[in-house]
Amino acid sequence: MNRPVRIETPSREGKAPPQVRAGGIDDSPFDVEKVRRDFPLLKSLMNGKPLVYLDSAASAQKPSCVLEALNVFYTGCYSNIHRGVYHLSAAATQAYEESRRKAARLIHARSEREIIFVRGATEAINLVAFSWGDRNVSEGDEILVSEMEHHSNIVPWQFLCERKGARLRVIPIDDRGELILEEYERLLGPKTKIVAVTHQSNSLGTVNPVSKIVDMAHRQGVPVLLDGAQAIPHHRLDVQQLDCDFYAFSAHKMYGPTGIGVLYGREKLLEEMPPWQGGGDMIRTVTFDKTTYAELPHKFEAGTPNIAGGVGFGTTIDYLVGLDLDKVAAYERELLRYALATLSEIPQIRFIGTARERCSVISFELEGVHPHDVGTILDGEGVAIRTGHHCTQPVMDHFGVPATARASLACYNTKEDINRLAGAIRKALEVFR
Amino acid sequence: MSDMRDLYQEVILDHSRKPRNFGVLNGDSIEAVGHNPLCGDRLSVYLHVEDGVVSGIAFDGVGCAISTASASMMTEAVKGKTVEEAEKLFEAFHEMLTGDPSSEGDGSALGKLSVFAGVREYPVRVKCATLAWHTLKSALDGDGEKASTE
Repeated sequence: MNRPVRIETPSREGKAPPQVRAGGIDDSPFDVEKVRRDFPLLKSLMNGKPLVYLDSAASAQKPSCVLEALNVFYTGCYSNIHRGVYHLSAAATQAYEESRRKAARLIHARSEREIIFVRGATEAINLVAFSWGDRNVSEGDEILVSEMEHHSNIVPWQFLCERKGARLRVIPIDDRGELILEEYERLLGPKTKIVAVTHQSNSLGTVNPVSKIVDMAHRQGVPVLLDGAQAIPHHRLDVQQLDCDFYAFSAHKMYGPTGIGVLYGREKLLEEMPPWQGGGDMIRTVTFDKTTYAELPHKFEAGTPNIAGGVGFGTTIDYLVGLDLDKVAAYERELLRYALATLSEIPQIRFIGTARERCSVISFELEGVHPHDVGTILDGEGVAIRTGHHCTQPVMDHFGVPATARASLACYNTKEDINRLAGAIRKALEVFR
Repeated sequence: MSDMRDLYQEVILDHSRKPRNFGVLNGDSIEAVGHNPLCGDRLSVYLHVEDGVVSGIAFDGVGCAISTASASMMTEAVKGKTVEEAEKLFEAFHEMLTGDPSSEGDGSALGKLSVFAGVREYPVRVKCATLAWHTLKSALDGDGEKASTE
């Protein structure tokens, strides 16, 4: 039998990604044109016009290396993982588990035992709400979320509250779209069992002071879950430094495959938590009298997972690390500044969310034009944005709008994209004049 | 922009800017609420039905240009019609936007409402155009339940 191809397509041009730290040697500027060439879909047309993709907050496009890794895995290395004694299964297992190690390194987890593979951030939060929640929350207890949460960080907690007779409390936001920390301080109390807030808002772009949020909760002995779905492709992350207890994110928002994501959990907490879903892979022994469970992280991973997605996720992490998240962050900061300055020249625009710390998301209303009409007209111009409530209906209620138009930026967007956006918005205004 | 003009025809823009029969009806009226969960749009349709005829109709709520114009033109189209005729219009309108394109139904019955034919080319916007009609239908059926485009 031929030895299956080794499953390392990862880094661009086959080189190890440059590991550059502040003060390192690589001070070359961020080359966005080079990055764009990595993303085949960005070359396509939409309605006959070159695509301007400004919906990465919903899901990001994928670089060739990730697509290639999926293809290589399926065509040359595919089999089910864990417990296969044949070479193919061992190689697949190794590739899948290597991704877990890469994820651990990416976020500076203590070990890969703290990396639970899930379908995405939503499943990660549900896992905590069920497993940790059922064990630790009782009648009369309180769970703290914020007004800017995505529905995925609201509804699982509402389920928990219904099961347990607990109460969901909400940290309010101000009119800039920033959390009101004084209110947070007031809400944190002896009844608070967990704080679940987003690292970065998907509808406002607000980057929350997560270190402070964690510190304040920990002073009261309360654990903190951070929803990192939006933040993960934009910031360097160190969960140990941040000291959060859980961190949830999805691969597809960081240029990776759909259907795979991570729940990071502090090992001690994960150890204490009961399994969530039962099935194959999460057990040690099964008899009809008693079943014992697998060690971390497998205890929480019942059934055949998204194996190819997991393998592609490893390549995704290599790609992201290779881009250098510090350079990405600096580039995106400048792009956001340019976008806000450019769009501000259109007098009919009203921004929803003007937080002082913000990243990659521009939500807006256009006077006299409903967001859905904006979206359709922009589509005709080849510009893809998202319109609607962005799964944050409480945020819409706060700002008194049924929906917003949202342009979101990623590392492959350019100032030209912003100019095209501004031009298309002017067209929308023209149609509705 | 020629494509967009097919969708956003002047008549549609006019009705979206100045919706007709916008507001509530005086006195007891049949009311139904429509909701498009996709975009958060909500609208209410109010009806007076006398002797099987839609003698009065109004709507209010917030929505995009397509849904507002569609609601506005719907109120003009069904006022004075019998309940049966109004339901036929609902079916014809629905058929125009969602039916089998090869069946080429008799669009003539729709009159002015055929300006919405272009919406067909924008599948995600079809629900915007049909929201008011679904709401009307649930008001006519008198089931009092909320209409939804889902």
